[in-house]
Order: sequence, then C-alpha cells, then structure tokens
Amino acid sequence: MDRSDIAKLAELARIEVSEATVDEVAKSITDVLALVDQLQAADTEGVAPMAHPLDATQRLRADQVSEDNRREQFQTQAPAAEQGLYLVPKVID
Amino acid sequence: MMEWETVIGLEVHVQLATKTKIFSGASTAFGAAPNTQACAIDLAMPGTLPVPNEQAFRYAVMFGLAIDAEIGKCSVFERKNYFYPDLPKGYQTTQLDAPIVGPGHVEIQLADGSTKSIRIHHAHLEEDAGKSLHEDFHGMSGIDLNRAGTPLIEIVSEPDMRSSEEAVAFARKLHSIVTSLGICDGEMSQGSMRFDVNVSVRLKGTEELGTRTETKNLNSFKFMEDAIKLEVERQIDLIEEGGEVVQETRLYNGETKTARSMRSKEEANDYRYFPCPDLLPVELDDDYIDAIRQQLPELPDARQARFVEQHGLSDYDAGMLAADAATAQFFETATEQCGDAKLAANWVMGEVSAHLNNEEKGIKDSPVTALQLAGLIARIKDNTISNKIAKQVFEAMWNGEGDADAIIEAKGLKQMSDTGELEKIVDEVIAGNPAMVEDWLASDEKKRKKKMGGFMGPIMKATKGQANPGMVNQILSKKLNDML
Repeated sequence: MDRSDIAKLAELARIEVSEATVDEVAKSITDVLALVDQLQAADTEGVAPMAHPLDATQRLRADQVSEDNRREQFQTQAPAAEQGLYLVPKVID
Repeated sequence: MMEWETVIGLEVHVQLATKTKIFSGASTAFGAAPNTQACAIDLAMPGTLPVPNEQAFRYAVMFGLAIDAEIGKCSVFERKNYFYPDLPKGYQTTQLDAPIVGPGHVEIQLADGSTKSIRIHHAHLEEDAGKSLHEDFHGMSGIDLNRAGTPLIEIVSEPDMRSSEEAVAFARKLHSIVTSLGICDGEMSQGSMRFDVNVSVRLKGTEELGTRTETKNLNSFKFMEDAIKLEVERQIDLIEEGGEVVQETRLYNGETKTARSMRSKEEANDYRYFPCPDLLPVELDDDYIDAIRQQLPELPDARQARFVEQHGLSDYDAGMLAADAATAQFFETATEQCGDAKLAANWVMGEVSAHLNNEEKGIKDSPVTALQLAGLIARIKDNTISNKIAKQVFEAMWNGEGDADAIIEAKGLKQMSDTGELEKIVDEVIAGNPAMVEDWLASDEKKRKKKMGGFMGPIMKATKGQANPGMVNQILSKKLNDML
C-alpha cells in the first residue's frame, strides 16, 4: 500500500487521514494484507466458496407490518429535523 | 454519409408490491407523512439486524418463472458501499454474484408485427433508498426515509435493443408482465418502475460496441424515448465532429428536454462489494419454486392469444387489451355482460382509453365501470340508440349522470324506430328538396348510392339524430326507387 492507495481508500470511506499518519496507516494496512495473503495461500481446490462463516440458511419473515410509527422518538436523536424530515448538509448530484 | 447503429441495454428497477420492507416490518404504503414508515432497521440504528421478507422472494421468483429464467436456489446478499444521505447504512444491501433470477428472455412485438427476443442478463433483489428533498431548508437538504428498504428487483437486460422504439416496447412489456403477475402496482408516476438506459452507437456492420453512457432514473416511457433519442443524436454529432464519447452517467430532465453529465468514469465509485455478514444465504427448494409455478397468473402473451381465440379479436386489438391486467379485466367483464366482444373492444380502446388519457387516469379510476359500459353497449345492440347517440350517452355517464338506461330515458335519446313516423319525415325531406331528388334521378346507379347519403343529413336534423339509420336507409331507398 502506498500513499496514493491510502488517499483513495480514505476518500471512499470518507475518513480523514492526516498527512502525519499516512505512512503509519499504510504500514498497518499492509500488515493486515499480509494476513490475507497467508489465508489466500491455503489450497482451496475443490472447496465451494462460502458466503457466510455459519453453516446455516436464512430464515424468512412473513409480509406483515410489525413496526409502528416512532418518528418523534427517533428524531430526538437527530441533529436537525423539520416538518418530519431529517436535515443534512445540502447534497447536490 | 455514415450510417450508425444504436445499441441499448436497460436496467429496470421494479418496486415490489409487498406490504412491508425487504428487511423490516415497516409499511411500504405510498404517500405517508415523511419518516413515519422508517423504523429502526431502515434507519440503520446500531444493534438492529435485517430479516428478509418471504413475499419479496416469492415475487422475484414469479418474475423469474415468467421470463423463463433459472431461479437462484441459493441467493446471497452483498453490501454495495457508498455514501449518500438517503442511504443511512452507508451501503445498499443487494445481490451480485448469486442473484435470485438468472438469464431469461422477454419477447417484444415490433411496429411491423414481427417479434424480437430480448435477453435478460439477470434480475436481483435489493433495497430502495430514501428520498432527498433539495428544497431549501436553511441551506440544508431534507431526508425522507419512508422509501428506504422498499423491496426492488433490478432487471438487467443484454444490449439487445437497436432503437428507442424497441427499448420502449421492451419497457412496456416488462410493465405488462409485472402488473399481470401482480408483483408491482406499475404506478410510474409514483416511481414504482424506473429505468436506467445504457446507450452507445457504432458504425453499421461493425461488431465492436461503442463507448456507452448511462442515463439514470427515467420514470416514464415518454421520457425514456426522448432521452434515448437525444443521447443518440449527441453521440453521433460528437463522433462526426471528431470527438469521442466519454463513459459517464447522465441525468435527463423531462421538463426542459435536456441532459447533463452527472459523473464520469474517473470519478466513478468503487463500491467494494462484499457478502453481507448480517444475512445468511437464502435457500429455496424445488417444491417452493414449483408451488409458485403452479399458481402463476395468466401472462400477457397467453392472454393475447386467448383473446384472439375466445373473443375473435384481431392480433392487434388483443395485444392492446391484454397488455395491462386491469384493462384486460375491464374488457372481459364488459364482454361477459353485453355479449359482444368486438363492440366492447372498440369501446374500451376508443372512448374509454381516450377519456382516461385525457384526464391522465388509470382504468381502475374510470368513472364509467365495465358494467356501465356493458349496459350502454346492450342498448346499441338492441337498436335503442345509434353509435353516435351512444357517444353522447357515454359522455353523460362519464360525468356521473347515471347508467345508460337512465340517461337515455331522461334525455329522450331513444332511437326513432316507428315506421310510420319515419316515413312521414322521409316524405317531408323528399318534398322539401326537389333539386336533390332531380339530381339523384339523373345520376347513374353507382352515383345514386352515394348521393342517397345527402338526404341523411336533413332527416337526422329533423329527428335530432335519433332516427334509426338502418330503417331510414330502407325507407328512403324504397321511396326514391319508386320514383324512377
């Protein structure tokens, strides 16, 4: 991982990585990737890929409304709300 | 002059008509006050876990069976990571490598009557995002998360369409299929179906695909057609002027009929998909799939064939009536009641459609019911009223003035079928128009037939349009011929 990889990841994850810590972050992520390399060295020939570590299948739910309106309660935790809407810094596509 | 070929592929988002969200028990009803149907799971509150809705899977499987696709017996949810305020989790739960519906195909009918098969690459289940309202809240955006978590299937076609007309025919066919299955309400104005179109152009005869652009979020067939035409023109102009098409996402504005670039590939997101650890693989067995197959409702193509066979309609008329499940139902109810499929078909495709289009209403909101229409057709059939008067009665029915019989009675529109009375009027018209009679007598046999029509105007005028046209014809013909 070089500095530009870190900059791109930080941008995608919307995380600020200060100039001073870039090298340190690059090193720790490289260490993690070394672990991944070790895993990838394992022989998986003939082993079906798993989508989940648990050997189980998903239970499904019946299509019945079970949640009622708790907007007032939820919005007490929002930094800003108005006319029932959550307010966020202006987004323009 | 270079000849260009257009290549179009579609990604279609279809909101499934479930009562609740795909991963939570919050209601999906349209039009509720903002955020009153956004529960803790939809808001991505810490500690919540998604539980998938069985009905969403059932609906997706129904679609897969309808397009003759392989059903994914083990489907896996993935996280598609990106940041946007209408996506509280910071990722969309969707499917990638193991979707619920595999490759299939949809037949479309072209203007020349031929059919074409459009391949479906796959269709996957995913959740819808919320809505951002950019009206000014003191320089901030308002977020409504009622739509967040609404189940969608995203249908991805192969780039098999060669014109905007084909793309629209395909989109309409999908609309027809999902509404016939009852898995989507088909309300385009409410965003129940949204289209992303991938467009590229290449020189006719070449194999290699040109660079494509994607125009996102078109929510009407008209906008889709216009957006494609505009984009094709832009790309051809660009290339012919020596430029190059850039792979980018574009936004079309239906109001101004213009489009602009939203983001180019360089800025494109890297979604960093990975299997969602909160959800186990969903396994469906053959019994489950077979049971759904047994209960599949009639599909548009089968319905069209049945209308031709059972009601003696033309292919074209049958296709028009069979495309939409509600219209087909309306037509069949009217036919059953009045016993005349041809008349019922003409009225549904004619006056009913015209009035609905005019008022931008769906057939479910038609002020004239199928039974009322049948009542009107019955009076045409038994010669109580003429076709022309029937239109007048229909207008009154549309305006809520009651059933056909009541309107005919109240307005005195009953057709005049009294022989004696009609003879009297015909005599008067013949006596009052000596020049026309002279002219008729002087004409040869061929022209006489045509010129007899000239007497109909004054006769209809004298009877306020209520004379039985068939009877008038007979009487008039006899009287004139007697003068020869």
